[in-house]
Amino acid sequence: MGKKLLLEHIDVPGIDKLETYRAHGGYKALEKALKMKPEELVEEVKKSGLRGRGGAGFPTGMKWSFLAKPEGVPRHLVCNADESEPGTFKDRYLMQHKPHLLIEGMIIGSIALGAKSSYIYIRGEMLYVYHILERAIQECYDAGLLGENIMGSGLSLDLYVHPGAGAYICGEETALIESLEGKRGNPRIKPPFPAIAGVWGRPTVVNNVETIAAVVPIINMGGEEYAKIGVGKSTGTKLISACGHINKPGVYEIDLGLPVEEFLNSDEYCGGIRNGNKLKAVVAGGSSVPILPGELFLKNAKGEDRLMTYESLADGGFATGTMLGSGGFIVMDDSTSIVKNLWNFTRFYHHESCGQCSPCREGTGWMEKVLHRIIEGHGKKEDVDLLWDIQSKIDGKTICPLGDAASWPVASAIRHFRKEFEEYINNPATIKDVKHYYRLNKQPEPVA
Amino acid sequence: MSKEIRFSDETMTLVNKIIKRYPEGKHKSAVIPILHLAQMEFDGWLSPETMDYVASILNIQPIEVYEVASFYSMFNLKPVGKCLIEVCRTGPCWLLGAEDLVRHIEKKLHIKDGETTADGMFTLKTVECLASCGTAPMMQIGETYHENLTCEKVDEILNDYRSKGERVTHWDKKHVKAQ
Repeated sequence: MGKKLLLEHIDVPGIDKLETYRAHGGYKALEKALKMKPEELVEEVKKSGLRGRGGAGFPTGMKWSFLAKPEGVPRHLVCNADESEPGTFKDRYLMQHKPHLLIEGMIIGSIALGAKSSYIYIRGEMLYVYHILERAIQECYDAGLLGENIMGSGLSLDLYVHPGAGAYICGEETALIESLEGKRGNPRIKPPFPAIAGVWGRPTVVNNVETIAAVVPIINMGGEEYAKIGVGKSTGTKLISACGHINKPGVYEIDLGLPVEEFLNSDEYCGGIRNGNKLKAVVAGGSSVPILPGELFLKNAKGEDRLMTYESLADGGFATGTMLGSGGFIVMDDSTSIVKNLWNFTRFYHHESCGQCSPCREGTGWMEKVLHRIIEGHGKKEDVDLLWDIQSKIDGKTICPLGDAASWPVASAIRHFRKEFEEYINNPATIKDVKHYYRLNKQPEPVA
Repeated sequence: MSKEIRFSDETMTLVNKIIKRYPEGKHKSAVIPILHLAQMEFDGWLSPETMDYVASILNIQPIEVYEVASFYSMFNLKPVGKCLIEVCRTGPCWLLGAEDLVRHIEKKLHIKDGETTADGMFTLKTVECLASCGTAPMMQIGETYHENLTCEKVDEILNDYRSKGERVTHWDKKHVKAQ
């Protein structure tokens, strides 16, 4: 059983209210932080080894220490609550049930960075969570935890929630910044990095919800203690949102380093594949990371058991590995059509491309079209190579990583499931059975 | 039918409060939340007149509002039914039957994806991942997530909205009153 640092007390009725949250140890980390110097707070986060929980896994302490501090220029902490990566629903769960954990993390982070006004950018579809956060923030103002002179410390902070309005791209930090400025979510060319010129041209740190929430236990227990959880450079706990063909979908907090097989099969977590079916494939970290066949997911190419860590999941590079990503864990059983699933994902990226860079804007559309004709039974012999060619001309050739994110699922599906594509193309008649394979009521029976 | 486009006093108070959240001169940042409020107040969609009105409040060019409104998928640039049904169609929901769900709703309401029922009650729209993959399949109506759906549950939910007959919006009016 792993430690519960973020999900602790999440089932306590009323934990979304300040009084209940405080009665269960809430805002103790803030009290501690108010007695520390900002640079000591940054140092604790560095010692903890915490890495960005949004997907990229960049060391948070280092990101904080890059923040420029020119005299007389305000700087900002912005929370990325634009959770939109297919398969990922951990941040929504955390904010809905424990809004004060995020707020406490935002206050501590803002003190560490010297920010006097901070923003939580939440995706527009989650407006109901926006109102939960608004109420929680108001409670903090009323209790003297926000505003002027926080808990008599002389420090002040204003915290605001800002809604988006439906755009996956705004999860990319520079697109998020553009959106926060009231514009279309077109990513910016870096440099300059947000740490130098972010929102309104001011030095800005953008962190994921879970990253900011993790700062609270780190300050409570100390960075060194936190770093003792996990394996190597994958320290601490991680929220994994598990979905797809499993018995127990949901949000789980694991100690990094948990064997993937235990996570997938034990009753404490996913509870195994539903209906006694066999595992076919896993997308371990949100739709953007490479898909792996079951056997290669459970054991790496050397035959060693994989662990839920940044390193172990990436073992073998893209040839035989994947990424921990956002922790959006999508499991597919042996009834799954990889080709049709890929068409679905590719349609998603085409829909969500902001349109700035031609390789992404055009390429995602071409991939969607080619895949569509394959699943409709009109695939051509050269289509698999054509798909490979298109994805290779998107990957790494765009301003932001959406292009990469669109190409990796295509490349990995072809790499590991090429035969399935060829079957679709060579025997279109056989596809009819799998075309509308997924049924409601969780009964995976093919349409007659 | 033309009616004057003007926020109620209650909503205007909230608009002004939101504008003050951003640094002086950076009030353009408020355009997205205000467009949500406009959609709430003016029949669930953004007409050119509504967008011009928002531009005038923020003292920015109308084009600056149009280009934002046309970028984000939650902003409706055409009229919608009183109740906008947004069904998630992305991978994880699709793996658990989203396609069936959409077909069921299409058949039940005699409309296709993107269309509105003749009585103006429902509009069906398929949308991308709503971060509710563990409770798939699901749909959003207004601010509410309806999760772990079956055809029977959908029937019940839609009947419920039809019997109430009220307009439902992403930014629920009750939150304006609560301010």
